[in-house]
Amino acid sequence: MTSELDIFVGNTTLIDEDVYRLWLDGYSVTDAVALRVRSGILEQTGATAAVLQSDTMDHYRTFHMLERLLHAPPKLLHQLIFQIPPSRQALLIERYYAFDEAFVREVLGKKLSKGTKKDLDDISTKTGITLKSCRRQFDNFKRVFKVVEEMRGSLVDNIQQHFLLSDRLARDYAAIVFFANNRFETGKKKLQYLSFGDFAFCAELMIQNWTLGAVGEAPTDPDSQMDDMDMDLDKEFLQDLKELKVLVADKDLLDLHKSLVCTALRGKLGVFSEMEANFKNLSRGLVNVATKLTHNKDVRDLFVDLVEKFVEPCRSDHWPLSDVRFFLNQYSASVHSLDGFRHQALWDRYMGTLRGCLLRLYHD
Amino acid sequence: MPGKLKVKIVAGRHLPVMDRASDLTDAFVEVKFGNTTFKTDVYLKSLNPQWNSEWFKFEVDDEDLQDEPLQITVLDHDTYSANDAIGKVYIDIDPLLYSEAATVISGWFPIYDTIHGIRGEINVVVKVDLFNDLNRFRQSSCGVKFFCTTSIPKCYRAVIIHGFVEELVVNEDPEYQWIDRIRTPRASNEARQRLISLMSGELQRKIGLKVLEMRGNAVVGYLQCFDLEGESGLVVRAIGTACTLDKLSSPAAFLPACNSPSKEMKESPLVHPPSHGCRSTHNSPIHTATGSRLTQNFSVSVPTLIYTGTRLLRLQSWGDAGHGQSGCRGRQAGMGSGSAGKEGGPFKALLRQQTQSALEQRGGSPHRFCRRREFPFFTLTAFPPGFLVHVGGVVSARSVKLLDRIHNPDEPETRDAWWAEIRQEIKSHAKALGCHAVVGYSESTSICEEVCILSASGTAAVLNPRFLQDGTVEGCLEQRLEENLPTRCGFCHIPYDELNMPFPAHLTYCYNCRKQKVPDVLFTTIDLPTDATVIGKGCLIQARLCRLKKKAQAEANATAISNLLPFMEYEVHTQLMNKLKLKGMNALFGLRIQITVGENMLMGLASATGVYLAALPTPGGIQIAGKTPNDGSYEQHISHMQKKINDTIAKNKELYEINPPEISEEIIGSPIPEPRQRSRLLRSQSESSDEVTELDLSHGKKDAFVLEIDDTDAMEDVHSLLTDVPPPSGFYSCNTEIMPGINNWTSEIQMFTSVRVIRLSSLNLTNQALNKNFNDLCENLLKSLYFKLRSMIPCCLCHVNFTVSLPEDELIQVTVTAVAITFDKNQALQTTKTPVEKSLQRASTDNEELLQFPLELCSDSLPSHPFPPAKAVTVEKASPVGDGNFRNRSAPPCANSTVGVVKMTPLSFIPGAKITKYLGIINMFFIRETTSLREEGGVSGFLHAFIAEVFAMVRAHVAALGGNAVVSYIMKQCVFMENPNKNQAQCLINVSGDAVVFVRESDLEVVSSQQPTINCQSSCTEGEVTT
Repeated sequence: MTSELDIFVGNTTLIDEDVYRLWLDGYSVTDAVALRVRSGILEQTGATAAVLQSDTMDHYRTFHMLERLLHAPPKLLHQLIFQIPPSRQALLIERYYAFDEAFVREVLGKKLSKGTKKDLDDISTKTGITLKSCRRQFDNFKRVFKVVEEMRGSLVDNIQQHFLLSDRLARDYAAIVFFANNRFETGKKKLQYLSFGDFAFCAELMIQNWTLGAVGEAPTDPDSQMDDMDMDLDKEFLQDLKELKVLVADKDLLDLHKSLVCTALRGKLGVFSEMEANFKNLSRGLVNVATKLTHNKDVRDLFVDLVEKFVEPCRSDHWPLSDVRFFLNQYSASVHSLDGFRHQALWDRYMGTLRGCLLRLYHD
Repeated sequence: MPGKLKVKIVAGRHLPVMDRASDLTDAFVEVKFGNTTFKTDVYLKSLNPQWNSEWFKFEVDDEDLQDEPLQITVLDHDTYSANDAIGKVYIDIDPLLYSEAATVISGWFPIYDTIHGIRGEINVVVKVDLFNDLNRFRQSSCGVKFFCTTSIPKCYRAVIIHGFVEELVVNEDPEYQWIDRIRTPRASNEARQRLISLMSGELQRKIGLKVLEMRGNAVVGYLQCFDLEGESGLVVRAIGTACTLDKLSSPAAFLPACNSPSKEMKESPLVHPPSHGCRSTHNSPIHTATGSRLTQNFSVSVPTLIYTGTRLLRLQSWGDAGHGQSGCRGRQAGMGSGSAGKEGGPFKALLRQQTQSALEQRGGSPHRFCRRREFPFFTLTAFPPGFLVHVGGVVSARSVKLLDRIHNPDEPETRDAWWAEIRQEIKSHAKALGCHAVVGYSESTSICEEVCILSASGTAAVLNPRFLQDGTVEGCLEQRLEENLPTRCGFCHIPYDELNMPFPAHLTYCYNCRKQKVPDVLFTTIDLPTDATVIGKGCLIQARLCRLKKKAQAEANATAISNLLPFMEYEVHTQLMNKLKLKGMNALFGLRIQITVGENMLMGLASATGVYLAALPTPGGIQIAGKTPNDGSYEQHISHMQKKINDTIAKNKELYEINPPEISEEIIGSPIPEPRQRSRLLRSQSESSDEVTELDLSHGKKDAFVLEIDDTDAMEDVHSLLTDVPPPSGFYSCNTEIMPGINNWTSEIQMFTSVRVIRLSSLNLTNQALNKNFNDLCENLLKSLYFKLRSMIPCCLCHVNFTVSLPEDELIQVTVTAVAITFDKNQALQTTKTPVEKSLQRASTDNEELLQFPLELCSDSLPSHPFPPAKAVTVEKASPVGDGNFRNRSAPPCANSTVGVVKMTPLSFIPGAKITKYLGIINMFFIRETTSLREEGGVSGFLHAFIAEVFAMVRAHVAALGGNAVVSYIMKQCVFMENPNKNQAQCLINVSGDAVVFVRESDLEVVSSQQPTINCQSSCTEGEVTT
């Protein structure tokens, strides 16, 4: 006696969260059944392995049919075939678009192209995440990227509107899209200590302050309208950043800046002497990062540079985080007292974001 | 010209890509009714076209309005080649033809293609202007309401219940016409769908005419079936109960309690349980000599079963047959035992006489006028109080026929004659049980190649004539109730003469009133009367049986089947009886026995809900007796088995909370035939601790049911008795509307269909192996259901409906449709739950203000909903099952869904809600075919998707009528055929039900006069994204 056909269809589509997770994690039916058996469900419910097998198959079939709709979540809401309560729809979507930290760290900032897809095999081996799950996550990134790529307006809003994600997840996706678009390098060994959360935090700050959308209105220049407001850094702003060079190129200005900072921080900083000794190096590092951002290559290396030029020197001198905060606050604020420096607004736009990023990046 | 049909095509969405080059579609729509076709403009390059067409107007006869479906075809315009069809929508406009139902059909319909399934949706508005027609000889029957519900619909009152109406129409099956060889599968499927739609329209109209003749205005318990007879044609037949219904005008007069039978039960817990008996006949083909196009006569003889050599194979008495056939001895309560022969003579004569007179009557007068008198049948299973006076027992009849091509579709006399014959049988059985009517009546067929088994069954009953007569006065109902009060257990009392019983039964005085006689077991096909006194809870009881049969042709085949049938019926009943006793219960409700014929086997599946009726005596136990008592080890084995059985009975009594009050012999009185010796004289009504030991004692009584184990067969029977596993704790199941003993339903329901097909290993199949396979199949299926629905515990599977078919030699297909309903374990839980509900409510009203406006906004993208009912409807809030702890975040702007929740249930009511309006009958037939079976996920993937699509189409039609639920939903047919080698499969599904509008009782209380929440409520909130 073999089962040829075995189905269960409810008027309200049954969704088993545990099975959904197994499916999302890319387990085959056989593996999923084995995992469920191990979870002790048979003992709890008195079911047999055959029942579990049939149940798992059913759910997998349902998920498979739902997957097409999950690729365009608004369709899931409007479709008539599966009657699913709204909270369950939200759960399906949210879980489908959720991703693994380990995975996202591997692809963050990489081009979401076919070429990268071939690397999924390696990522799967490296992270222990099934290839199927890697595929889903990668395809999700790519799909979201494709849809919002050409859109104007707030990146987070666009993502939320077209994928019905929660605020948190939409922000994460915005970061992923932003990183992919600007191709920030995140894979270097010295960046390994950073989490996705660190990068996402930085991305959000940069989107808020350094993109065209951040300026508040569409630029008048017809050429720049081609730029996506939230995805690309404000070219004009990057160009302007060159003006900051004077802060380190003009020796007087640099000395003045240093003395202002040192006066203000004397006695307040545990690592004062180290700061004093390193001030010029740190300042040069930070300003040089700004002036180089006109080159795509240097944009990509932004995080590498920040870590190399600022985080690592401070860390080797064992600056506590509170001292870093004191220093950065004072460092950016003191510029306002430099009479010869005319780009205060530009400096604030740059340093306000950078300070936030650096503080986030500064940990072990 | 009595009607104008107006159709407007508004928009489409989610259309498939028809032009690969542009990834878009140039769609237009053809609207066809009868022979008139209109077209919309082509909407270029869009997957979401906005046609916003003018009103297409069809001026038509109301006869056509009833027969014809509105056919909407969506096509892709192609300049150079033929336009490609995207799909079709058939809309039955019948609901617009009676005044109280829907006024407009408007909404999104799935565009369906028989090859590709659902391909996008189309928004359509349909209206009908009906002119009054005074023509007395009209052919239409507009205005007659149809209900699938097998009880008086909730917002109506039955003035008169007229009785049985039936009709059938036949046609050639397009699938078997010569043209099918040259046309595409799609064309063939569509021809079939359209034909069946037409035929059912015609059938409904004809039935309506009969109802008008009877001066009724409605058909209740309308059951329409298709017989796919293959080469010989297509039969669409329907039966129903004609009634004159009165709309209960003021909702106030109608207490919400009426909507939930549970409450009724709570309020009137004193009532009577039913009576008993089971009769069945079996018709050999020879019986149909009356000019039918059957093959020629041939004689069948099964001496042990033939009742004094008539041509009828009469399985009058199960017990009697048992003596000869399987060595079962002893009393089979209610089913009769002892010598049937004695009574047989006069009884048979009586039957003959009646049959004859009835036939003469039929022949002599134009049958349409005497129809009611001819067959006093009622398809209802639940009745107004006082309607049912006594219940006699189950009557059933089967007949094996050979199909022959239907030569003249306009004169379906053969089929008519076949059914008339069967009904005649049923009628005479009822007479023999001292009953003048049959309730809970149903008919079915099973077809394999050219052999067809026709079956009919029902419950013989004595009814209160007042409901059946014209000119019933108001208040008769109340009057009757009063009359009835003294004898509340009346329906259990035997209607037949004690001294001239149709079958030997074991009678006792009613345990309730002590005045009238009751049988010791009662089988019925109806629902448990709401006022019956039941002890403990009920449970689903199934008897399953397979019998191998040699492959044969034509007459030889029919003969073989005819010969097997009586044995099957007998064994099915024995199993039922054994299982009932094992459960410690004494009555079966909702009994449905299905016999399915296949190439090389017959399957029998009986389902019923067992209960313990307080008015009937406590069932005796089951005693096992060995044939060779001298053998020591054998003896030991027997006693071991006996112990197991006794343990099971004790366990079941505990499980189903069966602890009837003890009654001493003196109170019962002595003049009982074969007085029962009761050792339990203790009148300990409260001591439950004594229960177990007492139970054990009672099993040793001599009135216990004796199973004699004399061969392996019987052994196997005993084993199979014990292998039925009870549902896991927290689960109950029944096949009736409601579960006896549970009355605190909560509002969560989940209707589902589950289908399984198993392939038998063809090697040396034996009856035993077959039985085991079949048993396992059913048991595993149930286990799977319990597992799947575990999140709903505590819950009850209601209206569990099993259907067995044998699509091929070695395939067995079982289809189950049921609804799971949650209930509160105790009232305490219910009170704690209220605050939650209240908070929910508050939340929803909070939302309301916010949502009013967005609703207006979103109506731009969709067609305006011009009709108010949809808005008045409270749409279900999200089902609470397993909803995690979500918190709302900001709502994305485009999240307004247009999809309202539509509940589906096989029951006639929705727990915790009040049905405020019936919108019309839903009767849909779909064919789906694929030539890429593997690509669609194999047979399971294919059927899973198809059933989901069928549900979706039903929901869409209900929503378009302005409804939010389907009640009395039934999947009447699910015919699945596969050819994996060719990568092909085909499936036909036929579903029906009543579209209704319901309002939650809680909303009624809180919102009172204010219109409840708006339709889009849940949809608008559903975009809220959660983490």
